[in-house]
Amino acid sequence: MIAIIDYGAGNLRSVSRAVALYTQDYVVTQDPADVERAAAVILPGVGAAGDTIRGLERHGMTELVKETIASGKPYFGICMGLQVLLTESEEDGGTPCLDIYPGTVRRFPKGLTVPHMGWNQVRQAQAHPMFAGVPDEAYFYFVHSYYTDPDDATLTAGATDYGVTFPSVLAHENVFATQFHPEKSAAMGLRLYANFVAWATGVKSRVQSGAHTEP
Amino acid sequence: MLTTRIIPCLDVHRGRVVRGQQFSADKDAGDPIELAVRYNEQSADELVYYDITASAEERGIFQDLVERTADQLFIPLTVGGGIRTPQDMRRMLQAGADKVSINTAAVDNPNLINAGAEGFGSQCTVLSMDVKRVPQADGTIKWHVFTHGGRRQTDGEAVPWAVEGVARGAGEIVVNSIDADGTLAGYDLELLAAVCAAVDVPVVASGGGGTLDHLFDALDKGHAHAVLAASIFHYEHFTVRDVKEYLAAKGIPMRLS
Repeated sequence: MIAIIDYGAGNLRSVSRAVALYTQDYVVTQDPADVERAAAVILPGVGAAGDTIRGLERHGMTELVKETIASGKPYFGICMGLQVLLTESEEDGGTPCLDIYPGTVRRFPKGLTVPHMGWNQVRQAQAHPMFAGVPDEAYFYFVHSYYTDPDDATLTAGATDYGVTFPSVLAHENVFATQFHPEKSAAMGLRLYANFVAWATGVKSRVQSGAHTEP
Repeated sequence: MLTTRIIPCLDVHRGRVVRGQQFSADKDAGDPIELAVRYNEQSADELVYYDITASAEERGIFQDLVERTADQLFIPLTVGGGIRTPQDMRRMLQAGADKVSINTAAVDNPNLINAGAEGFGSQCTVLSMDVKRVPQADGTIKWHVFTHGGRRQTDGEAVPWAVEGVARGAGEIVVNSIDADGTLAGYDLELLAAVCAAVDVPVVASGGGGTLDHLFDALDKGHAHAVLAASIFHYEHFTVRDVKEYLAAKGIPMRLS
C-alpha cells in the first residue's frame, strides 16, 4: 500500500488521482498507523514551510517521516515534501525543517519574478529508475518561491535554471523528491507516478519495457 | 529555461462555454470539458475557467463543472468569477482548482487578497483586474479599474492596484483590457508594460488576442509572462500548438512537447 500523507495543507485530489491511474492500493491519510504499515509514502504539499512543519507536527507525522526515510521505504516528496527534508528554510523568518539532509531552503534572489511559475526543464544529473521513460530536459510544472540548497551536491538528481541553477530533484537511496508538481505536469509527470508505483510495488516498470501508454 | 505560458480561457455560462464580446455573453462555443481536454492535448500550459454569470443558483453548476474537469486534467486549472469570500475560494480549491482568481470582491474588500494568501498561499491567489482607458478632465488618459464584469468604473488605477495586490499577497496578476476584450483588436501593450515594470510577480495578459501577432506583442512589447486567450482557440482559428510553434519561431521560449 502507498500512503499519501494528508497533513491538512490542501487538496490532494490530483495527487491521489495520479496514483489511482496506476494502482488502487493507496490511501490518503492523516493516520500515522497507515503511514507505518505502508510500503511506500508520498508527501505532497503546497504553501509555506512553517505551515507544512506545523501541519506534520499536529498530525504526529514529523518523526514518522524521518522513520519512513530511515526505514528504506520508497519515499516520493513533492514541493514542500522536498523542502522539509533540509535543515532549515529561510521562509517565515527562518523555519527549522526535518534536517534529514544538511542544507538550507533559500528564497530566489531579488530581481527575479517570483514565484517561479510555469513549465521549466529538468536536466537529469544521475540515472534513476524514477526517470524511466522521461527524456533528459523534459518540462515539468513549477510554482515556488524558495529552492533547496543542500550541502551535499551529489544529492542532486535533476537541475533546473531560473536565475540560479537549483536542484529540482533530490535523490538518495529510497528518497526521490521533486520541486515541481508531477501531478500538474501532464504526461511526463504521470510517468513519474507510474514509475513510483512500480518502484513501490517492486515490479519492473512497464515504462522501461516500452509497453506503457498514457491514459 | 522557463517557458512562457499559453493559457486558454473558457468563459462559462450555465455550464457552456460562451464567447465574450465586450463583456456580454453571446455565442455558444461548446462544452467546457471537451474543450479543456482538447486544449490539454494541444499542450496548453494551464487552463482558466471563468464563471461569467455566477448567480447563486448557477454557482453550483459551475462548481460541479470544475470538479468534473479537474478529474480529467493534469495541468493547472484557475477558476474565477463570483468569488467573494475565503469560503468561496476554499470551495473552488476543494473542487480541484489550483488557483483562484478574484476581481470585484478584491476591490470591494482588499483584505480578501490577504485572507487568500494567508489561508491558501500566494501561489493560488490571483488578482485579476478589468482595466479601461478613461479620458480625464485635463485631457490625459488613465487606466481605471472596473468591477462587476467591466460594467462599473472605480476610482482605482491599474498600476497602484497591482502593486497593492502584490503587497497584500497576490502571487499573480491578470490584466484584462476591457477596451480590447472580445473585439480581437489586440492587448493594451502600454498597460501591460506598466504593470510588469511595477510588480515582481508573474503578469498574465488577457483580453483581445485576435491574431498571432497580438499574442507575440503582449509578450515582446508588453513583457507579460503568460497570455490568456479565448476566442482565438474556441473556433479553431488556431490550435494551441499553432500558437506555440509561431511564438517559438519568433524566439519566445515555449513548451512544445
